[in-house]
Amino acid sequence: MSESSVEARAVPSSTVFVALLRRDVRVAIKELPFFLVRTIMQPLLFIIVFGYLLPKMGFVRGGYQSALLPGVLAVSLTLAAVQSVALPMVQEFGWTREIEDRLLAPVPTTVIAAEKIIAGVVQGLIAAAVVLPVARLIMGPIAGLTLAHAGEMLVITLLGASAFSAMGMWLGTAIEGQQIGLMFSVVIAPMLFFGCAYYPWRGLDVVPVMKYAVLINPLVYVAEGMRGALTPSIPHMAFPVVVLALLFITTFFWHFGLKSFYRRAIG
Amino acid sequence: MALDGLDLDVNQGEFFGLLGPNGAGKTTTIGILTTRVRPTAGDARVAGADVITDAVRVRRRIGVVPQRPNPDRSLNAEENLLFHAAYFGLDRAVAQRRAAELLAQFDIADKALSKIDEMSGGQQQRLMIARALIHEPEVLFLDEPTVGLDPQARLALWDVLRLLQSQGRTIILTTHYMEEADRLCDRVAIVDHGRLLAIDSPAALKRRAPGGTLVEIAVDRDAAPFAESARALPNVERAEAAGALLRVYSPLGGSIVARLIQLVEERGGHVKNITLAEPSLETLFVSLTGRKLD
Repeated sequence: MSESSVEARAVPSSTVFVALLRRDVRVAIKELPFFLVRTIMQPLLFIIVFGYLLPKMGFVRGGYQSALLPGVLAVSLTLAAVQSVALPMVQEFGWTREIEDRLLAPVPTTVIAAEKIIAGVVQGLIAAAVVLPVARLIMGPIAGLTLAHAGEMLVITLLGASAFSAMGMWLGTAIEGQQIGLMFSVVIAPMLFFGCAYYPWRGLDVVPVMKYAVLINPLVYVAEGMRGALTPSIPHMAFPVVVLALLFITTFFWHFGLKSFYRRAIG
Repeated sequence: MALDGLDLDVNQGEFFGLLGPNGAGKTTTIGILTTRVRPTAGDARVAGADVITDAVRVRRRIGVVPQRPNPDRSLNAEENLLFHAAYFGLDRAVAQRRAAELLAQFDIADKALSKIDEMSGGQQQRLMIARALIHEPEVLFLDEPTVGLDPQARLALWDVLRLLQSQGRTIILTTHYMEEADRLCDRVAIVDHGRLLAIDSPAALKRRAPGGTLVEIAVDRDAAPFAESARALPNVERAEAAGALLRVYSPLGGSIVARLIQLVEERGGHVKNITLAEPSLETLFVSLTGRKLD
């Protein structure tokens, strides 16, 4: 215990941020198998039933897969981003209080929250990168699938992961541990089913009330954006509209996510 | 309200104790000083930095040992130390060396690669102390660090704390063990209901304890009439009642017990239990608050 001058040195926030991120990467690598199962299971089942079985049985027309693939990608991205922040937050702020050692890190509390959200974004990106090829593999050739708009897809993926990771921060810090199950049935499940992931938004022309009601659902914009990028022949929202909406949603969730974390962190 | 106008000054290099029963506001005080709880009013400074407006500077200078171990359960024991060091910007090689030293010092080197779940409560507590020390803080906060430790581990921890103080660290410890405050601290603040009742060195506090031995007699009814009569006895410095408990301070020590029993029985009461305590922080605490510590 000789170098007693170490502690007085100011540490740049960026150094602490990187250390926090390294911690999350370390944990993510340890939990990679669980992460992959958690991320891939839901879309996989959907792809098998709706993208493979039903078309084979002739219950849905072949073109359905083209509408489904971008949606499934959007759902994977969303779930991975939300869960990879919300679940640890609920646990670490809960009985174990294991978040404490990070809350004592010498950076503004907001930096700690921001790091968590960024780590969630990375996990969302990984989920998208894993699910896309798996989906393509199971569904077989998909009419109209193109990677020509990879840039657009990347923008949607980044914005979507950012919005939903921040949403996970908000949910994970605003609700109590016992209500985590409720969160999935009351918030996440309706969001998935009314998120235009399994049907294009324009398909809702037949139910106009619903067509406008679902616009408050952030998943709609990710799914529609993915559709525009991956299968542009399917009717979809215009790219600039999607980007604007996602920018707004991202800002909204970051604001409330950071605020909620702070409220939870500082008693 | 957990705290009510608690004013304290702790000197650099001092071993300072916050002594009080559960719910006295000790943990809230530590929470405020470690930037983890925002006070509704008032201000506090640690190592010259304000805990609200300059929280980052405070965090850089402090190490905190919580009441209940809260290690990062996704990491193993050694990683808990290494990442904590990284949050404080410690060089990787330095962190590795210090982690090895601390794990050895706290006798958990064989658990370095263990999951947290595989460590006992005492081992986790020692890991928490190692974690609080790895970034060499100027001020160390320990919130009831010996609760749940066996007597041997408690003594070992006391030795470590004395060593840390001798190296120039300021240590702030909360406890509800009188002996711990008495043996370790340069100064002790006695708090209850968020208020400061007394603050001084343990020796000076003991001198302030009501003179004589504290004789506590549990009776089978309200003790107030007995206290009234006891005050009239010779060699009774003070007598008071707390429900069915009669408290008498007397320089005669055990010799006054027979007289007190007689007094109770003459007035129709029955004695159920008797305890004696020499003047101590304990008797001072009882005289200040009217109740015992634990």
